[in-house]
Amino acid sequence: MTVLGISRSFVTTRPARVVERNMLVYRRNYMVVVSGFFEPLFYLFSMGFGVGALIGNVPLDDGRSVPYAVFVAPALLASSAMNGAIYETSNNFFYKLKYARLYDAVISTPMSLADVAMGEILWALLRGSLYAIGFLAVIGVVGLTGLGLLASPLGLLAFPAAMVVGFGFAGAGMAATTFVRRWQDFDFMQLAIMPMFLFSGTFYPIAAYPAGLQLIIQATPLYRGVHLIRALTTGTPDGLLVLDLVYLIAMGLIGLAITSRRLQKLLSA
Amino acid sequence: MPEVAATPESLIHARGLTKCFGAFTAVNGVDFDVAPGEAFGFLGPNGAGKTSTMRMIGTVSPVTAGTLTVFGLNPKRDGARIRARLGVVPQADTLDPELSVLENLLVYGRYFDLSWGEARRRALELLDFVQLAERSKDKVEPLSGGMKRRLVIARALINEPSLLLLDEPTTGLDPQARHLLWDRLYRLKQRGVTLCLTTHYMDEAEQLCDRLVVMDQARIVAEGSPRQLIEQYVSREVLELRFRRDGDEADDEAHIAGRLDGLAERVEQLPDRVLVYTADGEAVAATAYERGMRPTSVLVRRSTLEDVFLRLTGRSLVE
Repeated sequence: MTVLGISRSFVTTRPARVVERNMLVYRRNYMVVVSGFFEPLFYLFSMGFGVGALIGNVPLDDGRSVPYAVFVAPALLASSAMNGAIYETSNNFFYKLKYARLYDAVISTPMSLADVAMGEILWALLRGSLYAIGFLAVIGVVGLTGLGLLASPLGLLAFPAAMVVGFGFAGAGMAATTFVRRWQDFDFMQLAIMPMFLFSGTFYPIAAYPAGLQLIIQATPLYRGVHLIRALTTGTPDGLLVLDLVYLIAMGLIGLAITSRRLQKLLSA
Repeated sequence: MPEVAATPESLIHARGLTKCFGAFTAVNGVDFDVAPGEAFGFLGPNGAGKTSTMRMIGTVSPVTAGTLTVFGLNPKRDGARIRARLGVVPQADTLDPELSVLENLLVYGRYFDLSWGEARRRALELLDFVQLAERSKDKVEPLSGGMKRRLVIARALINEPSLLLLDEPTTGLDPQARHLLWDRLYRLKQRGVTLCLTTHYMDEAEQLCDRLVVMDQARIVAEGSPRQLIEQYVSREVLELRFRRDGDEADDEAHIAGRLDGLAERVEQLPDRVLVYTADGEAVAATAYERGMRPTSVLVRRSTLEDVFLRLTGRSLVE
């Protein structure tokens, strides 16, 4: 039933109605959207170029070594896709679900709850795509000045890849939010997000860890996202890209299915 | 669920309709039909099962057992098709606090697949209808309770529904706001919109409903037009007598009921007064005087739905 509902949401235009509603709201609050654009850039300049100047070159998985900024930029893109998706599907979604009680009214229209879940994820992706394009444009421009952050034409695929990362985390974040009862519960979510951001091969190669720990880290979604985007921007694609894609897309779809079921239970008992 | 063909003239058709939440039965096997163009009411105290019934009709709450068809369609299978033709005014206002008054209607219209142009045309017309045109650019929060309620009604009409479900439409509103709302609902009814509403205000039920059912403890306990219910369950008039409490044996309330014996269809002793249900209140009052009773106040009034309601659902507070 849920699966059917979700698959139907992929072929109707109804999820787009949720995006329209959010666009109307953010038309007045566009500064909130704009501010999200700068976060990964600040990280890029401080870590990539600032700390990077102290570090020099870093080895990639295939043995080549690249400037630190080239190493860290794709990881920042992946992290920003994750953070954007989580922010939209945690606090914002929770507010709409429990405080504004927005969807209580939506369920009395032909819209389905799968349409709602799908629409909010679409919106999170749309917002994330603005940031990804901005970030890629900046590293592209910096690249033209000779630093070569986009070392490969494959790097253009980093944009859709960032969308896949966003989709995975948006689905998972939204599903988790349906179980949240109070604002304080989001601290637990941050407890999962923060270490992933710091330790998933984002700022240094995971070769720094013992083999067992490396396996655990490789199993985290952000590691898969970082691996995916880094392989594309540095031109080092390998077979594991398929694993990255399957992992993240599956995470998004399962999250979407859980969200639809939970919304049904919460709103339509 | 057995597939029972609804009579073609029924917009809503329910037989043995039941809703359970775990072990709790909110609606227990109710039967009713709502015909096109009529104003149908669910009357009952809090917790009687009115809202649960409305939510099942609105296809936002699955039916536990029994048969329910809306527009001849099955809510389980055709929920979206039913909702496309329904207007719903829920108990809580559920307006979008981040949007303006007009935007609330536009976005809602889009949920019904209206084009932006059509949504705008209808929204402006509806804002006029509910007298909110001047507030169209305002946010929702500063509006008064009555204005919010009118906006929710406008929102429920954006898809030009043939059936409007209203769950306690005027609860918490001041008299002016209630009368304005009643007027608008009455106009909708004249345009042929079928109204199905819940209320615990008797005057509202008498004003708006052609036919109603009284619900109590998950069941329907009476059905009919307001007038029929009054004729069936109470007398034409009610005589209310109050007595001084000064220990005077003759006027002691405990004895009043006995002394009025045979005069009235029914006598009800309340802590502060005695209610005498009778066809002719003046006559009974006169007889009471002849029999030596000296009430401090005498009031003769017509019976209302409230008398029916209290007769059927009792005076004790149900929470």
